Amino acid sequence: METEPLNKYQQRFKCKFPDALEAFEPCLKNAQKYLNDIAIFAYLDGANFLCSIGQGVHPVLVYLKIIPEVAQQLGTDSIKIITDYSYKLARSPNKKALIPFLQSLKTVCRRIKNKDDLQHYLIALDEFVEKTQTVIHGHNSLYESSGMVPLLQAMPQLISKLSIKGLRNFIDYGARNYVDAPDQQIDYFSLKSHDAKSIINREREGTSFKNSEHKLNMAKESLWDCDYPMTAFSTSFDQVREPLPYLEEELIAVPDVYEDKNGISGINRYRTMLAHMMSHRKWSSKLMADNYAPQMQLIISAFEDARVDRLAMRQYPGLTKYFFALHTYPEKGACDAMKVSTIRYRATRLSRALIDKNFNPEDELIEEFRKKFNQLLNNKPSSTQEMAKLGTQYFIQSRLDSDSLPEIYFDNTEVSYRDDNRYFWFHYEEYDEADEIVPNEYQNEERIIDTADSLPPRFYDEWDYISQSYRPDWTTVYERLHPSGDANKIDKLMQKHDELAKKLKRMIEMLKPQNKKRIRFQEEGSELDLDIALRSLIDLKNGQVPDLRINYSNTTDSRNIAVMLLVDSSESLNQINAETGQSLLELSQEALAITAWTIDKLGDKFAIAGFNSNTRSEVRYQHIKGFSEQYGETVKARIAQMQASYSTRMGSAMRHAAHYLSAQQAEKKLLLVLTDGEPADIDAKDPKSLIKDTKKCVEELNSQGIFSYCITLDKNADDYVSDIFNNQYTIIDHVNKLPEQLPKVFMQLTR
Amino acid sequence: MDIKQYKIDKEPYYQQLANEVELYNAAYNAKLPMMVKGPTGCGKSRFVEYMAWKLGKPIITVSCNEDITASDLVGRFLLDANGTRWVDGPLTMAARYGAICYLDEIVEARQDTMVVIHSLTDHRRELSLDKKGELIKAHADFQLVISYNPGYQSLMKDLKQSTKQRFCGLDFDYADAEIESKIIQKEANITADVADKLVKVGQAARKLKGHGLDEGISTRLMVYAAQLINQGITPIQASKMAMVRPITDDEDVRESLDNAIELIFG
Repeated sequence: METEPLNKYQQRFKCKFPDALEAFEPCLKNAQKYLNDIAIFAYLDGANFLCSIGQGVHPVLVYLKIIPEVAQQLGTDSIKIITDYSYKLARSPNKKALIPFLQSLKTVCRRIKNKDDLQHYLIALDEFVEKTQTVIHGHNSLYESSGMVPLLQAMPQLISKLSIKGLRNFIDYGARNYVDAPDQQIDYFSLKSHDAKSIINREREGTSFKNSEHKLNMAKESLWDCDYPMTAFSTSFDQVREPLPYLEEELIAVPDVYEDKNGISGINRYRTMLAHMMSHRKWSSKLMADNYAPQMQLIISAFEDARVDRLAMRQYPGLTKYFFALHTYPEKGACDAMKVSTIRYRATRLSRALIDKNFNPEDELIEEFRKKFNQLLNNKPSSTQEMAKLGTQYFIQSRLDSDSLPEIYFDNTEVSYRDDNRYFWFHYEEYDEADEIVPNEYQNEERIIDTADSLPPRFYDEWDYISQSYRPDWTTVYERLHPSGDANKIDKLMQKHDELAKKLKRMIEMLKPQNKKRIRFQEEGSELDLDIALRSLIDLKNGQVPDLRINYSNTTDSRNIAVMLLVDSSESLNQINAETGQSLLELSQEALAITAWTIDKLGDKFAIAGFNSNTRSEVRYQHIKGFSEQYGETVKARIAQMQASYSTRMGSAMRHAAHYLSAQQAEKKLLLVLTDGEPADIDAKDPKSLIKDTKKCVEELNSQGIFSYCITLDKNADDYVSDIFNNQYTIIDHVNKLPEQLPKVFMQLTR
Repeated sequence: MDIKQYKIDKEPYYQQLANEVELYNAAYNAKLPMMVKGPTGCGKSRFVEYMAWKLGKPIITVSCNEDITASDLVGRFLLDANGTRWVDGPLTMAARYGAICYLDEIVEARQDTMVVIHSLTDHRRELSLDKKGELIKAHADFQLVISYNPGYQSLMKDLKQSTKQRFCGLDFDYADAEIESKIIQKEANITADVADKLVKVGQAARKLKGHGLDEGISTRLMVYAAQLINQGITPIQASKMAMVRPITDDEDVRESLDNAIELIFG
C-alpha cells in the first residue's frame, strides 16, 4: 500500500550516492510526518540540487535529515532559500561551513518564526563573511573567514539565548573587533572568551542581575534584614541543566539573567527567589546530610522548602501569587511509575500541595501528610527537624520499586525560585584537613600585575564609535598608591618658583570668598535699608505709592568646589624639551606642585592622580592625593617620585577619576586633565577609537555634573582636542610656561 | 496683643514613651531651655504641643529656614501712615508675655542668626532690642524650646557649640512596632491589622536609611496612609501615595518599597 507513493518519490530523487540512497527511505518516512506532497517534492528537488553542487554526499545527508522539520516550521519556500544559500557557500572560500550551516538550521528554526526571519539570519551570516574575509589587493582572497565554523557550531547556544537582532549584534561585534586577530576571533565565536560572555549578557533578553542588584539589595535589607553580599553566576553557557541559585554562609549566589516566566517579570523572579532563600536563613536549621539517603533528602527538602515558603507567605502575604505562579508541577499521570522513577514527580506535587491549599494532589498519601504538615505549622513555625521526621515517614510510605530505576522523570519538577538547599544540608567530610595545596608550577609564566598597595580592579565600558554602542567591561583599571620619593624635592621646586608663588598669592587673595554679599531692595530682609526707606516715606507723605522694598539682606558668597587633577604619566613625558633641557615629566611635576599649593591655599577640596595604560587589560591609576588627605609631606613625596611609562588610555582613567569626584558633595566639580598627547594605546589600532571614547566620556561626565577641562602640552593638539573637549581646553605652546599656566588656568576656571 | 490665641484648648493626643513628660516638667520648672532631638515625624512637635497644653501655657512656633534672620525672630520696624512702627517678632512676643517659644528644625537656620537667642537662654533671661532701645526681661512663664533632626544635618548644618551648650536635651525616636501601631490606630481610628501592616512597611523602609533613603518613613506618614485608607482607598494605593511617593525620587528605591508594600498587604 505504501510502496506506490514511495516509488513516486524514489523516481523524483535523482541522487546516485550510495550512502544517500541508503538513507533515503528512513528520511522520507520522517519527512512524511512533517510535510505534505508538494512540500516533499520541493524537499527532494532541493536534495537533488545539493547532490549536483560538487560537495560530496555529506551535505546531502545532513539536508535529508534536518530539512523536513525546518520546512514545516518555516514554510516550503524556505527550502529554496536554504539550497540557494548552500550553493553560495559551496562556491565561496567558506565551503567548510556548509555542513555546520545546515546543522545549525535545526536549532535556529525552533527559535525563528517565518521565512523572513530566516532571511535575516542569512543576511547576518553574509555580513559576517563580508567583514571577516581577508581582502588582498582589493580582491576577496581565497582565505576563509576563520570564525565562521565556530560561529555556526555555537549557533544552538547563541540562538537559545539571543533574538535574531541580538545575534546580529553579537556577530557584528566579533567581526569588527577581531578582524585582525584570527585566533581571538575563533575564541570569541566559539564562546570561549570573556568578551563573548559579556556581549551575550548584554544582548540577552530578560532582566540582568547587574541592573537589578541595587533593588535586590534594598529588598534584602528592608524586608529580611540581611546584609550578605550577592554574586551572580553565568547561565549563558550551561546547556544541559541550568545551575541553581544557592545560599552559603554569608553569600547569596543568583543567576546573572532571569527571563520573564509564567507572567512574572525577571525582577520579581529575583525577588521571589531571594524571599525563599531569606526564609531559609530565618527559619531553617542544619541537617546532617549523611544521615539520609539522597532520595530521602529530596523529600525532606520538599517539606522544608514548603515550610519556609508558608512562613514567608504568613509574613508577606503578597508573596503568595509569585510562589504559586512559579511553583510549577507535573500533571497527574505525567509519567509512568512502572518505567521511570517518579520520585521527583511526587516530591514536586507534594510540595505544591503543602503550600497551596486549593491544589488537589489526587493522592491520598499526600492528603494525609498535608494534614500532618498543617497541624505542625498551625500558628507555629515548626522546625527543620520536624520536617526531617515528616519527610522520612512520607518517603518510607510512598516508596516504589521503580524509585531505583536509572531514568528519573524530570520535566516540570524543578521549582525555579528555590535554591539548592546547601544552606541546611551539611556533610561530614573526613578529609577536610588532609587537603594539600599543590603549588602551581606554571605560576611564574603568568603575566604578573603587581597588586601590592592596590585596590581590586574595576571594569569600565568603552565607547565604540563605529557601532555607536559601549563595549561592556572593556577595560580593567588597577588603582594603587603612588610610590613615594623625597618630599624635599618638591619644596626645592617651590623655592625655585618663589616669584611665581608670590604673584599667585596675590591672585588667591582676590579670589578668596568675600564673606558677605548685600542684596538690596528686598520686601522682607534682615535690616531696614534707611536710604530706600526714607525715599518711600517721602513718597508716602506726598500721596504716592511707596516702594515697599525697603529692606536689605545678607547672603554669604562662598566657593564650594571639588577638583580632581588627573595627570598623564605615559612614556612620551620622558621627552626632553629642547628649550629648557628638562623632561616634560619634570615640568609636569613642577606644575603639579605649584597648582596643588595654589588649590590648597584657596581651600578647595582636591585630589590628584596619575594614569597610564598598557592595553585595555591594564589601565594603571595611581593615587597621589585623595580628597580627604592633607596636602603635606606624603603627597609631596609621591609627586616627587612620578615616573612615566606606557600609553594614554584617557577615557577609562577619567571614568575612574569621575567616580571619586561624583561622590564628593560640592556645587561645582572639575576634572582637570593634564596630558601631552592624544589618547592612544598599543592595542587600539584605529587612532580615532580612543579619541571618540574620550569624547563620549566627557559627555558622560557632563551629564553627571562634572566639568572636564584639558590642559595639553601637545602643540599640534588642535586637530583632536577640540573634538574631545569642545572648547574646554588650553594648549600650552611653551612648555616651560606650564608651571605658571596651570594654576592660572585653574583660577580662571573657578573665578 | 492677645497672647491667649496661642493657647491650646484641646488635649493633643500624645503617647508617652518613657518618662519624658516628667523630665520636661522639671526643666520647665527650673526655667531651663529645652532641645528635642529625633528623626522627622516621630512626634517631637506633638510632644512640645502636648506639654504646652499640660502646663497651660501659650506656645509660639517658628519654623526655621535658611533665610530666617535675627529680625524675623526679634521684630522689626514696619512702615505705616505715620512713619515707621515697631512690631515684635515671635521670640520677643513670647519673652514679653510669657509663652513657650518653639523653634522647629533649628539647624535649618543659619548658625549666626541663632546667636540672638543666647541672652534669653542663660541666667540673664533677657533680650535687648537695640534698634528700639528696649531691654526685655523675660516673663516668668517664658521658655525656649528647639527641635532638630540629627539625621540629615550636614557639615554645614549644625548648631554652634555655644548655642548647643545652653539647652537640656531629650532624645526621641520612632516608637516600637507595638506602640507605633497603637498610635496609628488611635490617630486615624483604624483596625489593628492594617496599622500593624503599615508599621511593617515603615520598618522595612527604615532599614534602607543610608542605602538610597535619607530618612525612613515617619510615624506621621503612616498616619496619613491610615487616614487615606479610611477614605476608602485600598491599603496598597494609600501606602504608596502617603508613604513612598513623598520620600523618594529614586526609581529603584521607589520600586523596592512598592514591592515591599505589595508583599506585606498581599
